[in-house]
Amino acid sequence: MWDYTKKVKEHFLNPRNVGYIPDADGIGEVGSLACGDALRLMFKLDDQGRIVDARFQTFGCGSAIASSSALTEMIKGLTLEEAEKVTNQQIAEYLGGLPEQKMHCSVMGREALEAAITNYRTGETSEQKKLEGRVTCVCFGVTEKDIERAISENHLTTVEEVTNYTKAGGGCQGCHEEIAEIITRVTGRPPTEEPVAEKPKKRLTNIQKIQMITETIDREVRPALRKDGGDIELIDVDGNTVIVGLRGNCAQCRVANFTLRDVVQAKLREFVSDELTVVEE
Amino acid sequence: MRDKQVYLDNNATTMCAPEVTEAMQPYWYGAYGNPSSMHSFGGDVRRDVDRAREQVAALLGARPSEIVFTSGGSEGDNQAIRGTLEALAGRKRHVITTRVEHPAVRGTCHYLQKQGFRLTELPVDGDGALDLDQLAQAITPDTAIVSIMWANNETGVIFPIEEIARICKSRGVVLHTDAVQAAGKIPIDVSRVPVDLLSISGHKLHGPKGIGALYARKGTKLVPLIIGGHQEGGKRAGTENVTGIVGMGAACGMARRYLDEEFGFVRKLRNRLQEGVLRGCKGARINGKNRLPNTLNVSFEFVEGEAILLLLDELGVSASSGSACASGSLEPSHVMRAMGVPFTAAHGSIRFSLSRYNTEEEIDYVVEHMPKIIERLRQISPFVGGREWHGTPLPDHSH
Repeated sequence: MWDYTKKVKEHFLNPRNVGYIPDADGIGEVGSLACGDALRLMFKLDDQGRIVDARFQTFGCGSAIASSSALTEMIKGLTLEEAEKVTNQQIAEYLGGLPEQKMHCSVMGREALEAAITNYRTGETSEQKKLEGRVTCVCFGVTEKDIERAISENHLTTVEEVTNYTKAGGGCQGCHEEIAEIITRVTGRPPTEEPVAEKPKKRLTNIQKIQMITETIDREVRPALRKDGGDIELIDVDGNTVIVGLRGNCAQCRVANFTLRDVVQAKLREFVSDELTVVEE
Repeated sequence: MRDKQVYLDNNATTMCAPEVTEAMQPYWYGAYGNPSSMHSFGGDVRRDVDRAREQVAALLGARPSEIVFTSGGSEGDNQAIRGTLEALAGRKRHVITTRVEHPAVRGTCHYLQKQGFRLTELPVDGDGALDLDQLAQAITPDTAIVSIMWANNETGVIFPIEEIARICKSRGVVLHTDAVQAAGKIPIDVSRVPVDLLSISGHKLHGPKGIGALYARKGTKLVPLIIGGHQEGGKRAGTENVTGIVGMGAACGMARRYLDEEFGFVRKLRNRLQEGVLRGCKGARINGKNRLPNTLNVSFEFVEGEAILLLLDELGVSASSGSACASGSLEPSHVMRAMGVPFTAAHGSIRFSLSRYNTEEEIDYVVEHMPKIIERLRQISPFVGGREWHGTPLPDHSH
């Protein structure tokens, strides 16, 4: 069972803006039946150049449908200049996060939006656009450009992450070496086996540990929570147990457990120590 | 918990039968002795373990001394294949299996291939069937073991193990069969079918999880996977999982009594589901021919399997899918691919697997809702409605 957030489930069960706009100003189509997911995104502009209507049709899993639904909600009312700044991360965040292996659903959303905007501006269909650039992953039709962009926008460091975000390399795996080369080129470092190998190997003193935990929370966790009107406080560190308090909106949040385990604990394990467990006060 | 819970995922796991849990009760508290102990407190338990061994043997047509209790199907598969190769001490280095095995066998074989063993994976046709001539041709003097499942977990397709066993026997090759899905659903009789090794699992036949059994024909040479004790005739060290063993015995005893029911009642329900779904949903196709009486694997065109599962789940219906998204990988299941099911249909494949605890009413509930689910997803799908699609062209999968 996928660990979908309530919001993903809600958008899947009650997708917003499903349908076809016969006189759409822009249409973007990405994916294919063979790939397992495909999205057609359409929008209509008002005379101020703002998106008044956005509709989608999606073939795909729960998170693909939810991502499409979220995207249409997000871009309504935006100008195209504003809409083209929407990132796949924002789509995922709008839904309260997506499982790592499903991040490609949010990337598909961003790609469809881009294709639709290009279609409006140049009249190019998605097919013509797709043929641009070198195709790295033949199985899923992913170009070198797509991969480079996913790496730099999402700070990807491993082949597996690239697969999660773009699907590239998820089929015959024949392009894994090429993906590794692209990672090296974009990030300036060869792919890491584990994401981010910055963990200190030596045993930490308690004071060092607390300091690193505080820094990691400040840098990696708090900004995201504050965006949702919440906050987090470090209460105590007892051995490898990190005791925190969730504040503001987070305190009443029904997915607080998810936040603790999948956000706070994951970040602390990534940046401080694998052995840490996060509990609420 | 929902009001309605229709469980149609019995190839994944089954409910532990009430009679089974009842049989297991005494061994948590009162009868907790170690079967290896000298005192009668343990000795009594030893007798109960032996009785369970007889019950398992009876289901398979084996002798009790040929049954080794394991932690489940995966251990049995690992033990059979790796134990055989180790017993041969590198004298034979070729393994034959199929492309549609359960990951326990498939993963073990791929692991061995990395270790330097030669591996042949036999293909299947569009119906999921093997070509036995190919098996006969694949066997060489270097072949150490053939491992072919009795029935497939995803499609329910039954392989002709009797003929396969004859081929292997005539060529002097050890045959292992993963009978995890077959046991309790179709008759198994190793006194008639000359397999050497056969693994089964408790929780697939209404027994508890964490227990299984490996049948090893008398005289089959195996090096144990788990070393360090005399238990199980020296074939598997470790104090026995007595509670599980007793449960496994009870489950096998029941399975034997209910075999006719599996064939009759369960098959009737499955056919009712099959006919209902095919009648109600356009663009549906059945995957696999000559199947277990409880399994229905059906593909729906233009919709994706995980989305179907999620909507079924909302209705309290539990099933599973061979779609890429549901498995967490990006490609549809290896079984669907081996059968050459087109990607367009494989992504929308759903497996319903029934048990004797299902009812006609449950089946009718699913038959009633399935067309609505498919219709709902097709309305969202860009491929329905006859509009031209400009997106990424279909990738070339001819390689």
